[in-house]
Amino acid sequence: MSWVGSSVPRVEDPALLSGRGKFIDDFHLPDMLHAAVVRSPYAHAKVGKIDCAEALAMPGVHAVLTQDDLPQPFRDQRLLLLVPNPAIRHPITYFALAKDEVCFAGEAVAFVVADDRYIAEDAAERVIVDYEPLPVSADCKAALEPGAATAHADRDDNIAADFPMTYGDVEDAFAGAAHVVKESFFTHRGGGHAMECRGVVAADDPVTDSMTLWSNTQAPHMLRNVYARMMGVSETQIRVIAPPDVGGGFGPKGMYYQEQFCAAAAARQLGRPVKWTEDRRENFIATYQERDQYWDMEVAVDGDGKLRGIRGRLIHDSGAYLPWGIITPFISSTTIPGPYVLPAYHINLVAVFTNKVATTPVRGAGRPQAAFVMERLMDRVAQELGIDPAEVRRRNFIQPEQMPYPVGLVFRDGSPVVYDSGDYPVCQAKSLALANYESFRERQAAARKDGRYIGIGLGSYVEGTGLGPFEGVNVKVEMSGKVAVQTGAAPQGQGHQTMLAQIVADRLSVKPEDVSVTPGDTAGVGIGIGTFASRITANAGPSAQMAANTVREKLVKAAAHLLEAAEEDLDLADGKVFVKGVPDHGKSFAEIATFTNGMPGFALPGGVIPGLEETSYFTPERSTYANGAHVAEVEVDIETGDVKILRYTTAHDCGSMINPKMVEGQVMGGIAHGVGNALYEWMHYDEDAQPQTVNFGEYLVPMATDVPRAQQVHMETPTPLNPLGVKGAGEGGTIPALAAIAGAIEDALAPFGVRVTQCPVTPPYLLSLLDAARKEAKS
Amino acid sequence: MGERREIQLTVNGEAVSREVEVRWTLVDFLRHELMLTGTHVGCEHGVCGACTVLLDGRSARSCLTLAVQADGCDVTTIEGLSPKEGLSPLQQAFADHHGLQCGYCTPGVLCTLTEFLETNADPSEEEIRIALSGNLCRCTGYQGMVDAALAYVAARKSQLA
Repeated sequence: MSWVGSSVPRVEDPALLSGRGKFIDDFHLPDMLHAAVVRSPYAHAKVGKIDCAEALAMPGVHAVLTQDDLPQPFRDQRLLLLVPNPAIRHPITYFALAKDEVCFAGEAVAFVVADDRYIAEDAAERVIVDYEPLPVSADCKAALEPGAATAHADRDDNIAADFPMTYGDVEDAFAGAAHVVKESFFTHRGGGHAMECRGVVAADDPVTDSMTLWSNTQAPHMLRNVYARMMGVSETQIRVIAPPDVGGGFGPKGMYYQEQFCAAAAARQLGRPVKWTEDRRENFIATYQERDQYWDMEVAVDGDGKLRGIRGRLIHDSGAYLPWGIITPFISSTTIPGPYVLPAYHINLVAVFTNKVATTPVRGAGRPQAAFVMERLMDRVAQELGIDPAEVRRRNFIQPEQMPYPVGLVFRDGSPVVYDSGDYPVCQAKSLALANYESFRERQAAARKDGRYIGIGLGSYVEGTGLGPFEGVNVKVEMSGKVAVQTGAAPQGQGHQTMLAQIVADRLSVKPEDVSVTPGDTAGVGIGIGTFASRITANAGPSAQMAANTVREKLVKAAAHLLEAAEEDLDLADGKVFVKGVPDHGKSFAEIATFTNGMPGFALPGGVIPGLEETSYFTPERSTYANGAHVAEVEVDIETGDVKILRYTTAHDCGSMINPKMVEGQVMGGIAHGVGNALYEWMHYDEDAQPQTVNFGEYLVPMATDVPRAQQVHMETPTPLNPLGVKGAGEGGTIPALAAIAGAIEDALAPFGVRVTQCPVTPPYLLSLLDAARKEAKS
Repeated sequence: MGERREIQLTVNGEAVSREVEVRWTLVDFLRHELMLTGTHVGCEHGVCGACTVLLDGRSARSCLTLAVQADGCDVTTIEGLSPKEGLSPLQQAFADHHGLQCGYCTPGVLCTLTEFLETNADPSEEEIRIALSGNLCRCTGYQGMVDAALAYVAARKSQLA
């Protein structure tokens, strides 16, 4: 039997369920000190003198690091930008601690180290910083106006990047159009808000002159590489380990941050391990978010509703710095065509500096906003032409026989965007059938008779997943006979260990629970990329398969020698290699591993390869595209603006599934995040760019009573781009949820003629729409 | 150093006597003094529920409870709800129904449900969701944990029948 494709129990669960997980804040090293961060209370200010005397005089305080106290090159250089783009005009990143100028409220200014966190926080309050407040860039649209305050004092404007993205003849598409529909949208997303905040433990070893950083990062190798490059040390002198358990990632933990470098500097300076654990308020003000986008869009269609072209402008809030370049708005703008045949497209993308924390990808990475915009436009076309929204989409879907389908866009590495596989019309049909779409208008009519406003909304999407270049996996049969797997790919709850154990167990004919998987250690696998972009199953999965295949070959080769049998006569089962049909005539993995590990002075026989170990790096040619269709049915309370999701249906295709139950969990979790983005989550800043929603009482993430039970149907269209046929599943649940829910709300309120052009669709926003509609009806 | 005071309490069935700073929260005391790291800190303002423990059998936010307030109390954490070997029936239901992903909120969820299910023999899905509404989870969308609770209740009923 095959473990791949079956919902085996997760190997991660027993420890997590019984309180034996090992999260970053669970690490207690001997002599460890604790840090707290002094953060700017101003969104924009010059930093003058920093007086640490009082803090340093407090009992239990060991150090207060400011910019001047950091080792070089951190005093002169900003943190490296690993994803440059020629369109970036001003590639400005963070300093490890602010130097001369702070550009958002929450920026780290000093790093206090003490015997415990309580003392460190007391001392942080006694660090006196002279600030000279500067004018503030608080909104990315207003920041483009002539004379607007600049987010950086040395800049003349706030444009971080400004470039067009285009294909086809857009002028022609609009000139010959039967209908043109225009709409402006404002999309807002909050943050990742993993239940576990960020954290780091740094330990310096003066004997080997090496640093170990434990951090709940999604990308340990990236952190290692930046540290090694900046410090000018060998990669062997910095080891980054993501703890075996990380309490959710969702994007923001994929980046590197000021505090990781501060902790390392402090540990080195003090000769003791230093821990910093972010608290929830810090997570709201200093962990990267997604936030605001303004879209002005125009769509041209034929008389039958077929798309001819789309053009428009996207203004994206970059925040104060570009730690991850312009990846998010880039993805947003390339997501617009979605699952549709769109012959011509032109968008001007402007990424804008504001005095707010930086924006970087959050689950969906700019796609939920684009799907919201595109699906809203499809609904507009349906309204304009008087066609059913599902039918408009049907008329425009890329057909399965058009695969592989070149969209016309260019990916960030310069290669063409090509959808590899998928059947979008069937996927939509499955979602509609499960949602009883055909009978909805009867349900709606009946509800309206009772004075209830219910509506239905659709969201179709494609998602680029499995982004390369690689993620390595090492498979080893140890001398104990146990199978050990290492990978650079750090998990945050997805179940990487189970997924990799399933793949390796199949190849080595053992059980998944017999395979121990250690992810996220830079000492385990030499190079690595990181866990983001729904890429691990499609990158590390095939790597695991390749490495395990090679280890299997080595096992057989060595066993053939030991058993004096032909390789083709051997089989594997239960941790043994044996002669087919004679299970007793065999050698255990332990015996074979001991043999191949050799003995001093004893030559290995010809053909036997040392060790039962292999590291493989599968390198996908390009991204593979998952797809799906969501249907939301909602009820709107027109008095309070409250929205209740009555029913939620998805059809989802992420290629072959390694573990269907885990895929379902990913989709369901993604939907919940999408529900938050559609209805609740708002990272509010005031006109001075002061963050106003800094706890879970003010910033609402969905609760068990907010998230509907979702019905899922799966399709499995294997991708030809990797040997497992797998695509990513981590973000598809989130991407179309905003669109589907917003469409349903608008449909519910069709009697009032309101147009939903913003997400999240909060009660105040809905009430303002209803109010305006009523006033218009009166006049 | 702040003011210190001696407290005596029972933690997971064992008598504990310690001197604590009066400002220490119960969760910091559990995690950093007793090394019971199964209880997690999620928000430190009583909203997310990750730090939920049982205080004299009632679910309580250990981030909003001071260690000194637990003086004389009986505290049960996730470690105390876990059998020495294997999983409890409720924990097993969570594993069976994919009721957890990253597992960070899970100890708090299990503490909340332990109290709730002790006092509710046959709760509906809606009642379970309301009970869980004080425990935020960013991974699962709650469906797996709701299904786990429903399955646990069904199994318990069939055993009693």
